[in-house]
Amino acid sequence: MNPSLFSPEGLAGVIFLILIGTTLVGAVIATCTRRLIRSVVGLAVCFMGVAGLYYFLNSPFVAMMELLIYVGAVCVTIAFAIMLAEPDEARLARKVPGLSGGMAAICGGTMAFGLGLAALKGQWPEAAVKVNAGSVKDIGFSLLTTYSMVFELVSVVLLIAIIGALVLARAGRSKA
Amino acid sequence: MLTLSSQLSTYLVIGAILFGFGIFGLIRRPSLVGMLIAAELVLAGASLNFMAFSRFLAPDPVVGQIFTLFIMAIAAAEAAIAMSIVVAVYRNYRSIETEDLVELGG
Repeated sequence: MNPSLFSPEGLAGVIFLILIGTTLVGAVIATCTRRLIRSVVGLAVCFMGVAGLYYFLNSPFVAMMELLIYVGAVCVTIAFAIMLAEPDEARLARKVPGLSGGMAAICGGTMAFGLGLAALKGQWPEAAVKVNAGSVKDIGFSLLTTYSMVFELVSVVLLIAIIGALVLARAGRSKA
Repeated sequence: MLTLSSQLSTYLVIGAILFGFGIFGLIRRPSLVGMLIAAELVLAGASLNFMAFSRFLAPDPVVGQIFTLFIMAIAAAEAAIAMSIVVAVYRNYRSIETEDLVELGG
């Protein structure tokens, strides 16, 4: 089945291709630029594409959470850290990646190639019968029944992370 | 080309490419913040795989979404902790490049 370009399915396919492009371009910007602030912007672009892919996977709730947490919180945190601890741009510019760049490309390329080959060649089991629709209501129901313990533990982890971040960033402040 | 969004392997390959970019950045980046950005890419690739399997194969499509939400929470905690470590390291060494963070010469 191959829908025409101007049918709803065809337009959705075009949007999907654009989202894939956004994700990959964002990943390239995030890893290959020299200035860190640009790679943070690339990370935000990449996560916007991933949020769109989540939307195509029938989960608008996780897509919204991706935008809120990653683009809205994590990227802004990293941007603040870059402002607080500015790396030496002139020294970074003098340093050529050299051997480590080539080796990094080989390692990453091999990983991606192997995993992609496994994904394409692998025999996946038949899709099981769905027990629910995976809607926001179902997510909320599972979070507060089956996964309620994990839910509480994650909130404790976040609390400890906040306290730990405060303690770490505060230590030695009077000396400086 | 236009029906790619309904195939499992599309998402798996995109996740693999994101993972590969993350490994590439982790090895290549000379500074701690750059390595953290690459680690976020690795996590994004992993959660994309979870979401794809839960959408296409799992009997309960909620499981993958909840796992991805927990990955997001852990990643947020990790980013906060790593950022405060970076700030503390910068205060002591005046640099966040991995080559400068040594006490012993040799």
